[in-house]
Amino acid sequence: MSTAVAQKRGLGAAIWDYLTTVDHKKIAHLYLYAGGLFFLIGGLEAMIIRIQLMKPDNNFISAGLYNEMITMHGTTMIFLAAMPLIFALMNAVVPLQIGARDVAFPFLNSLGFWLFLFGGLMLNVSWFTGGAPDAGWTNYAPLSTTSPGHGVDYYVMGLQISGAGTLIGGINFLVTIVNMRAPGMTYMRMPLFTWSVFVTSTLILFAFPALTVGLFLMMFDRMFGSAFFDVGLGGNAIIWEHLFWIFGHPEVYILILPLFGAFSDIFSTFSKKRLFGYSAMVFATVLIGFLGFMVWAHHMFTVGMGPIANSIFAVATMAIAVPTGIKIFNWLFTMWGGQIKMTAAMLWSVAFIPSFTIGGMTGVMLAAAAADYQYHDTYFVVGHFHYVIVGGVVFGIFAALHYWWPKMFGIKLNEKLGKLAFWPFFVGFHLTFFIQHFLGLMGMPRRYWVFLEGQGLETGNMISTVGAFFMAIGTLIFVYNVIYSAKKEKKADGDAWGTGRTLEWAIPSPPPHYNFVQTPLVRGLDPLWVEKMDGKEGMTPAEPLGDIHMPNASFLPFMMSLGTFIAGFGFIYQVDNKAWLIAVFAGMGILLGSMLVRSVKDDLGHHIHKEEIEEDIKKGVAK
Amino acid sequence: MSHEDVLNPTKLPHDPEKATLEGKNKFLAFWFFLGGETVLFASLFGTYLALNGSTQGENTPEHLFGLELVFIMTMLLLTSSLTSVYAMYHMKNHDFGKMQKWLGITVALGFAFLGFEIYEFYHYIHEYGFTFRSSAFGSAFYTLVGFHGGHVLFGLSWIVTLMIRNQKRGLNLYNAPKFYIASLYWHFIDVVWVFIFTVVYLMGKVG
Amino acid sequence: MAYNSKPAHHEEYQRKQHREEMKHQVLTFALMILFTFIAFGMVIMEVDTYFIIPTLIILAIVQVAFQLYYFMHMKNKGHDMPALMMYGGAAVALLTIITFTTLIWW
Repeated sequence: MSTAVAQKRGLGAAIWDYLTTVDHKKIAHLYLYAGGLFFLIGGLEAMIIRIQLMKPDNNFISAGLYNEMITMHGTTMIFLAAMPLIFALMNAVVPLQIGARDVAFPFLNSLGFWLFLFGGLMLNVSWFTGGAPDAGWTNYAPLSTTSPGHGVDYYVMGLQISGAGTLIGGINFLVTIVNMRAPGMTYMRMPLFTWSVFVTSTLILFAFPALTVGLFLMMFDRMFGSAFFDVGLGGNAIIWEHLFWIFGHPEVYILILPLFGAFSDIFSTFSKKRLFGYSAMVFATVLIGFLGFMVWAHHMFTVGMGPIANSIFAVATMAIAVPTGIKIFNWLFTMWGGQIKMTAAMLWSVAFIPSFTIGGMTGVMLAAAAADYQYHDTYFVVGHFHYVIVGGVVFGIFAALHYWWPKMFGIKLNEKLGKLAFWPFFVGFHLTFFIQHFLGLMGMPRRYWVFLEGQGLETGNMISTVGAFFMAIGTLIFVYNVIYSAKKEKKADGDAWGTGRTLEWAIPSPPPHYNFVQTPLVRGLDPLWVEKMDGKEGMTPAEPLGDIHMPNASFLPFMMSLGTFIAGFGFIYQVDNKAWLIAVFAGMGILLGSMLVRSVKDDLGHHIHKEEIEEDIKKGVAK
Repeated sequence: MSHEDVLNPTKLPHDPEKATLEGKNKFLAFWFFLGGETVLFASLFGTYLALNGSTQGENTPEHLFGLELVFIMTMLLLTSSLTSVYAMYHMKNHDFGKMQKWLGITVALGFAFLGFEIYEFYHYIHEYGFTFRSSAFGSAFYTLVGFHGGHVLFGLSWIVTLMIRNQKRGLNLYNAPKFYIASLYWHFIDVVWVFIFTVVYLMGKVG
Repeated sequence: MAYNSKPAHHEEYQRKQHREEMKHQVLTFALMILFTFIAFGMVIMEVDTYFIIPTLIILAIVQVAFQLYYFMHMKNKGHDMPALMMYGGAAVALLTIITFTTLIWW
């Protein structure tokens, strides 16, 4: 209902609609737009870094600005691009895959998005107010506690706000998956994407609180004169490293697991086969999540934890290669003997397997604690984590976007342009990062502003920079594809690829805002495929046609997030001038006031009447 | 279920807090949130344990802490945990008046606890000059205990808001889950306090 | 609604169940108070350090288990997922505490 009405009322109403929406499909759009924008900003920062390192002793940007670039590139890509793009996919797909009409907490879903967005904006405002954070994305103390200016303060407040949003989102998806599954959708019938989102959300739940505490301690040290990381007063800088990595290592699994799930769905759809070793895949996903919490100290081998701790963490890290290997082989076996259709989504997925495996192998190399003393803080590490994050997460996001784009927007992305975007990106990716392993082994340290002439590093860096330009070209073609397809592509079918297996393909593209006219009855793994094999058109309903209960839109999430945003500035600047405490009180007042309104005002949602639904079915927007 | 059934049920079911899908969702989400809070407080405890020797030669835990005050605070909070159990007992028996009464007692005990905590901090600052900034131990102590105190304050505001909001209309399927999870929150505050009095005060006194 | 037609004796049964549960909870409370007394008493009487620290920790863990299982009803039906997530949180918490007491590099 709301989109049609909004279009009639014009742009203002459409904006208001998005500001207040609690519909998971629209929140997915918001995450996608915001995450996409931050991805482009982070990419621009990467290009500037690569231009600076194009030739020896370059002075394209100053040393200080370079530090800000590397910090913001890392922070933006992890927290403001990869995370929200994953949340976009989770929002767009999970409720549809489990046969639900929305998430468990639509209001909190919207709150999670706005907190993330305001946190991201806060971080990027720092560019214009005297300098961005410059202590690296890991923000190690005491470099961070002694960094002059307010850059690091922006890091602390921005991540605190967007981190709160992520935690809220994680709990929301956990409850959604536990409580909102359609009848017959047992745990062992859930699509792999839903499974991986479940595990990911658990990791979010247990990992983000450590970051929250770390950021609070950093905030207290920088803004209120406490001494957690101040060695002069008995503090200990290693506390930050531990807290950061207790969060940070699960975070990399939070990033990759949902895309493992997406790849599983894509491989089986485009191979026209059920996923090979479904239960082994589920087991491997859970095991990766479990082991992901026991390996954080492998980032700290050179801290001096001693040989026993280093050995334990080395062995635990290597163990993760086992479940990951199970996954790689199962994907290969899924394709084996299948009727493979090489769509753009499939292209990204197939390219992911060797790319990610290389990253996994260098990971095992790094896990050998004794050898790590040699690799630590060199370009070898940079090469490694870009292989897993770009080769895994970014390839995965591109694949998943191609795959679910028709479900999200009702049109497919142009396949030709999709493949055209893939090749320069793929080639550029390997050009950029493969050589970096060797640069690292030759002794080039990471995070350095310049390298010297005559040390054999010139050619490698030049190749790397050229590769980065190829990746930029690929990205731009993808952006062009989005615009081109919006104008030229025809409306997609409900089962857009023709071989859809899971519930999201049983309903129109895009789905009506209540998703399912009648909650479907799930009769097996790959429920739509089960019905297709029985010669049926769609799903068997599990309930009679009737009124549908839906949540109400609300402007409060926006207000709450705005409150934290204002308070954030107050906290940062009260160090200089106590008058800024007014902003703290005003912001917290807006936040707590909005929470009070939410608590006191009843919000029971509304019903969509049977007649309206029948109307929609006649028009063909619901089925 | 129509809105009328939720707000004015003719008869309350056995578990009013879990009778609606919204209630079930809230119940589960809040437990999950407490799982996350466990990690949050563990990080604070870990930081405290790492730094409780960094006293810079003055105001050690042994020297600072007085057990009388902590004992009274412990009794207050433990008792408030039992009174909120009583409140939930009456909720399950659909006796709104008695539930409100026991919640009122819980809140009173909570405020008494908070009063003692503020007095304690004031005492340390003014009698001993032991502040948030005086040493890493000071920072860690005030952060850990202060985070707990902040939780107490938030819990009190939450319960009071619920009590005032629903004073006139009594128990229904919309507010029962809210009362229930607020009481879970209150118990969790007590869980954290058990570790605080053990790890911070008692073990601090032992040295 | 199904619960409207619930017979009166069923209602009576529920109330009895609640009373029974309340009895357990009061007993739990008494034990918690007792443990608290023991803990404070041991510290006041300056019991040997090697004995007292593990004992204090065990007493605290038992008290917390009482809170969770009796006061917060984790022993009741329908608490599988809450228990799973609480134990998950506790496992990460334990790792964190071990780290900060042993691996902090003094």
